[in-house]
Amino acid sequence: MSGPLAYLSRKYHFAASHRLHVDALSPERNREVFGKCNNPFGHGHNYIVQVTFAGRVDASTGMVTNLADLDDFAETRLIHAFDHRNLNTLACFRDAVPSTENLCLEVWRIFLEYPHATLKCVRVEETNNNAFEYFGEAPPTLHAA
Amino acid sequence: MSAPAQCPAHPIPDDFMILLTRKADFSSAHFYWNDAWSDAENERVFGKCSNRQGHGHNYTLEVTVKGSIDPTSGFVVDLKEMKEIMEREVVSVYDHRHLNHEVPEFQQMQPTTENVAISIWRRLAGKIPNAELYRVRVYEMPDLFADFFGEGA
Repeated sequence: MSGPLAYLSRKYHFAASHRLHVDALSPERNREVFGKCNNPFGHGHNYIVQVTFAGRVDASTGMVTNLADLDDFAETRLIHAFDHRNLNTLACFRDAVPSTENLCLEVWRIFLEYPHATLKCVRVEETNNNAFEYFGEAPPTLHAA
Repeated sequence: MSAPAQCPAHPIPDDFMILLTRKADFSSAHFYWNDAWSDAENERVFGKCSNRQGHGHNYTLEVTVKGSIDPTSGFVVDLKEMKEIMEREVVSVYDHRHLNHEVPEFQQMQPTTENVAISIWRRLAGKIPNAELYRVRVYEMPDLFADFFGEGA
């Protein structure tokens, strides 16, 4: 392939609840480690996911990837799966803490399957003050604690 | 606007001193159309962006340069000068214009976010004194942006 190599980034939004808790730890230890995030009833966030893809710009379309394809993929695979859900109830977090680090790895795993461009970075903002980025340096295995 | 300037695929080189980013805004109209295709194919590929009456965006441009800090001024570049260069080379040409009809480079290519970033790189490369262009980022809207680091420019 020739032509300029550009990076396209797109942000998606969803709202979800979660609770940070590890069954293997005592209730006291859970409270110590996770603080208010261990509240038994959970709490929620407006998450912002930013995905960055690299690719040669197609001469006929001017695009790294067609945004409609990417948005359709995100709607099906990300928004439908996570929006207005309790993260703790999802299969991917059955054995893993739904921390935003782990969520970031899961989002990477999802968008790695997007067929039309090369995934370079996933950024997840949990709040205005917390953000996590993953560049695929190691296999995205979710961590329990 | 919160992501760091550095890209994992573009590690800061050894001679790196500091990155400096300057923003500018412009508002422009555009549409996507490939003359080699039928109307139906254009509509299939480009969707609502193929409306030839055009539509528009408030673009935000972020230009990042890398360079050494001048020991006298404490600057990498004179920001006033950088602002003037961005204004002259880009904003005055793109702002309140129809990219397809009024900006020469988009006679040859689609005015997508990617190509706007590439075109701005070409307009600015080599024109900022004492600094090297590192990245051009163009936001077409807050949730969509393209980065160009000069690869294959």
